[in-house]
Amino acid sequence: MTAPPLASSFLQSQSFRDVLYIIAFSLFIQGLRGLAGPTTAVRGNRIAAVGMAIAVIATLLNPQEGNWGLIALGIALGTAVGVPAARQVKMTAMPQMVALFNGVGGGAVFLISWAEFRLTGGFAHTATYITVFSLFAAIVGSVSFWGSNIAFGKLQEIIPGRPISLGAAQQIVNLVLVILAVAAGADIAAGDHSEAIFIGMLLCAALLGNAVVLPIGGADMPVVISMLNAFTGLSAAATGIALNNPALIVAGMIVGASGSILTNLMAVAMNRSIPAIIAGGFGGGGAIEGASGAGEHAGTVRSTTAADAAIQLAYSNRVVIVPGYGMAVAQAQHAVRELTKELEKRGVDVSYAIHPVAGRMPGHMNVLLAEADVPYDQLKEMDEANPEFQRTDVSLVIGANDVTNPAAKNTPSSPIYGMPILEVADSHSVIVIKRSMNPGFAGIENELYYDPKTEMLFGDAKSAVSEITAELAQI
Amino acid sequence: MIIASTLTTNLSILVLAGFIGFVVISKVPNTLHTPLMSGTNAIHGIVLLGGLLIIGLAGNGTFNKVILVIAITFGTINIVGGFLVTDRMLEMFKSKPDRGKKELDAPDEEGKQ
Repeated sequence: MTAPPLASSFLQSQSFRDVLYIIAFSLFIQGLRGLAGPTTAVRGNRIAAVGMAIAVIATLLNPQEGNWGLIALGIALGTAVGVPAARQVKMTAMPQMVALFNGVGGGAVFLISWAEFRLTGGFAHTATYITVFSLFAAIVGSVSFWGSNIAFGKLQEIIPGRPISLGAAQQIVNLVLVILAVAAGADIAAGDHSEAIFIGMLLCAALLGNAVVLPIGGADMPVVISMLNAFTGLSAAATGIALNNPALIVAGMIVGASGSILTNLMAVAMNRSIPAIIAGGFGGGGAIEGASGAGEHAGTVRSTTAADAAIQLAYSNRVVIVPGYGMAVAQAQHAVRELTKELEKRGVDVSYAIHPVAGRMPGHMNVLLAEADVPYDQLKEMDEANPEFQRTDVSLVIGANDVTNPAAKNTPSSPIYGMPILEVADSHSVIVIKRSMNPGFAGIENELYYDPKTEMLFGDAKSAVSEITAELAQI
Repeated sequence: MIIASTLTTNLSILVLAGFIGFVVISKVPNTLHTPLMSGTNAIHGIVLLGGLLIIGLAGNGTFNKVILVIAITFGTINIVGGFLVTDRMLEMFKSKPDRGKKELDAPDEEGKQ
């Protein structure tokens, strides 16, 4: 505001920078179009990265830009943290990483709003709409920052993955926090310049972020992560309007749309409404119903050995592998790939059936299997996989539970009733690799395990799969 | 400087971007949803621009500078980390002609025993 404009060359003119911003957001859109298929996706991501570089350069061309040392410091620190993190993270830890990157984005948004507030004397002499969008960005960014950090903590198992909630009071507390944050925002928009109110608003939003994510259990994580992604996107778009920057608006809004689509897809794949997940009903209610339903199973469970499983698989024509979070936890994806190779050598047709919410984030299983070099065309989505189970000899369920539970189709009283599942019970026989008979996250008994067609192979996913592979080699 | 038409223009951009986002993202297959998330994650790191603009044009006061440097750091982590990790993931989805060498520089535990 005070710095005298330098020689305003063409490169530094407002119009030229605006053109660069337009090029930048066009590249984002073009890059995301590339994600429509695995062959174009790498290039798409790089195109988007080029767009980002152009947007940053355009910003730095601003003739009034200053404080170069601090800018360099921030960028250097960010690079020093971001590059090793991205390079070293294990594919099994990808959900945490995404949560963390999402969180820092939200953090940047609310810090920027805070700085704006301070530098404009509490939004004095600022158009009301700019104030409103800045405040929106501050609240949503703060919720996203704290929510993402909690999600990270849960996925990293720093915080227990089970739902932590205040019970019936939870929704009232959340509502009160929303009202307080919005009221503080309205007060500032109405002309209060008190920084205490602004900090109070950030605090309410921070508590809200904690209060929303803490009660959500591991299995609902795909929904939460997608939702937080949408939040950060929308808050970035709001910052864009406040700063009158088209690249920020477009990029933020596209991320908002992407996050919303994913959130909705995940919620549909679990047959649950987004409000119900946010209200955190699954853990509590589900566990009680599941426990009472446990006694109804008079059926017996058959267990098998790696050697028997190997024989059964070796003499199949068609095997479908159904991976779940258990495979990720045990880091069994490479072992699974080895098993597949061994089976394919014997002429067995092997494919993978992947439920949209298997794992802890959208597409989690696909990433792990891709890491283990499983060919893209062997990965089948649920709608494609389900009609095939009837002509499948053996379904090998590795660490997946609720997404295979026939109760979702047959038992109207079940908490997961109505959720689309992988219909492994349609196949001629089923082998389930599982640590123990403990019910899954939702605390719901899985009828599949009592099905006469099903055999259980108890053990850690990785060692069990490796044992089967070893036995296969001897047949 | 601030006129109503700026708001109208920006809101139009916002709404149109939302529609484009829906169309483009709807075409991404389930299989690529994790890279999609981390890629869009990287894109929202563009809030970095906000930090750069504000610190450059009006970054007075020590506390303001501290907040903004943190914001720039966060934004950079978001962008650099997001694009790199997405690139790493997407490389794995490309069909490879039976690569013999391990290209992962990450200390992944190989499942072969």
